[in-house]
Amino acid sequence: MTRTSRRWTEWTIERALQACAAGSVLITVGIIGVLVFETVAFFREVPITDFLFGTVWTPQFSDAQFGVLPLVTGTLLVSAIAMAVALPAGLLSAIYLSEYAPARVRRVVKPVLEVLAGVPTVVYGYFALLFVTPLLQTVFPTLSSFNALSPGLVMGIMILPLVSSLSEDALHAVPTGLREGAYALGSTRMQTALRVVVPAAFSGISASFILAMSRAIGETMIVAIAAGQQPRLTGNPMSPVETMTAYIVQISMGDTPTGSIGYRTIFAVGMLLFVMTFTLNLASDWLRRRFREEYA
Amino acid sequence: MTTSLRPLVTRTSDSPGPTTPVKIGVTGLNFFYGQKQALTDLTINLHANIVTAFIGPSGCGKSTFLRTLNRMNDIIPSTRVEGRVLIDGEDIYSSSTDVVDLRRRVGMVFQKSNPFPKSIFENVAYGLRINGLARNRGEMEGRIENSLKAAAIWDEVKDRLTESAQTLSGGQQQRLCIARALAIQPEILLMDEPASALDPIATQRIEELIYQLKVDYTIVIVTHNMQQAARVSDQTAFFWLGQLVESGPTEKLFTNPAEKLTEDYVTGRFG
Repeated sequence: MTRTSRRWTEWTIERALQACAAGSVLITVGIIGVLVFETVAFFREVPITDFLFGTVWTPQFSDAQFGVLPLVTGTLLVSAIAMAVALPAGLLSAIYLSEYAPARVRRVVKPVLEVLAGVPTVVYGYFALLFVTPLLQTVFPTLSSFNALSPGLVMGIMILPLVSSLSEDALHAVPTGLREGAYALGSTRMQTALRVVVPAAFSGISASFILAMSRAIGETMIVAIAAGQQPRLTGNPMSPVETMTAYIVQISMGDTPTGSIGYRTIFAVGMLLFVMTFTLNLASDWLRRRFREEYA
Repeated sequence: MTTSLRPLVTRTSDSPGPTTPVKIGVTGLNFFYGQKQALTDLTINLHANIVTAFIGPSGCGKSTFLRTLNRMNDIIPSTRVEGRVLIDGEDIYSSSTDVVDLRRRVGMVFQKSNPFPKSIFENVAYGLRINGLARNRGEMEGRIENSLKAAAIWDEVKDRLTESAQTLSGGQQQRLCIARALAIQPEILLMDEPASALDPIATQRIEELIYQLKVDYTIVIVTHNMQQAARVSDQTAFFWLGQLVESGPTEKLFTNPAEKLTEDYVTGRFG
């Protein structure tokens, strides 16, 4: 190959790589741009205070009301149930894997846990609707066929590996010297784990919690299938609720005309969802970076 | 005291042994990391209220041996111990030994200072809390103050006890770790190259501290620094490839060793 042609090849490859990188940035900017554009159009017709603080969400009715709170509480209710499952179970399995399990057990259990994360969410959705809900109804006869409880529990199982895997990484990164220091003072294994290692990994563990929360808030398929489509302002896990994500699915799949106010609601809700998960991701990232600095 | 122990094993037998009683008696100790043997047939007596230094080149097993004395190697998977280690005549590797209780009696200071990511106060309080050694706040504070004084760091930290231990300098962190070990009042203090990461002034402070502490504690210190061993210790043991070559009074071992290998090492011909 001559020197000129080699230089030209280098130039082409460099430009191609640059274009790929620029492409993903442009697409992200484009998505946010569309979100902002449609959201602004929405708020020209509906005051932002009505949207954020209204308690009734009936955009499809002739007497349309655009209070997003029922969707937000629906989302938070299901997410809270999911977190109530995933946090303790995830943290405890992380502590077991990092501090108790022999290397052989860890090598088997960790990948198995991570398989849970690879199950398609639509499977979890039908699992919630067709298996968990009927099962729960034998215990709570008043439970509706669509409810917050069942998808919340199943979502908890779905995000459990996220919590356990990231928390385990954080625990594992705690220097052995700290464990030895604790043992040398006459600590039991549990005291070492709970009073020294877990606090030392605190920021990494909270980063995993926040990331799991963000994942729960953004999760769509399970709630769209099993939680129902009734936006109601309630804290009752037995009743049907509609989450922000499930609402977006409902309208996107329906026959709402493009450009109508009903169509624009999904962008406003989408924007709110994006702001929530983006904030959580930033917080998680910040915590994880701080954790890395501690033991660099 | 047990009478079954052998006398201080040293080939420099022309010098009298220490006058204090035997605190730790080791007989026929072998240690393995998996298949690899790291210590071979160690037999030595360590006496109370004196400083014994372990010297030898890197990888000679001196740290491994130190860690067998509080069973710290137990937390490393697939390690194995043979032989006997008696502390006050009791076999610490017998099935009836409570290892948590053992480590409470045999404190340890590590090569790399390892303060917990907590406040200075909480670092020293930790051992008292988990062992239930302070009944109330006043007793806790008193014991913490005494430990910090004993470790010669009280004056530097008394006004900043609530600050994170990570804000201290390396030498201060190491003295804090000594205070933390002293707080639960062990009988024996094991020190694994406690000054190897410190500057000369911080090292000097640690060495002075060791000298003062031997009044109350039996001290075993691992060091790769022969001058340090000569300065701080009463007895010295020289290790080579997992074996004990020679042990005896420090002065004798450095000036008139019985073994050619020891002489070559202490005069700096290798290592």
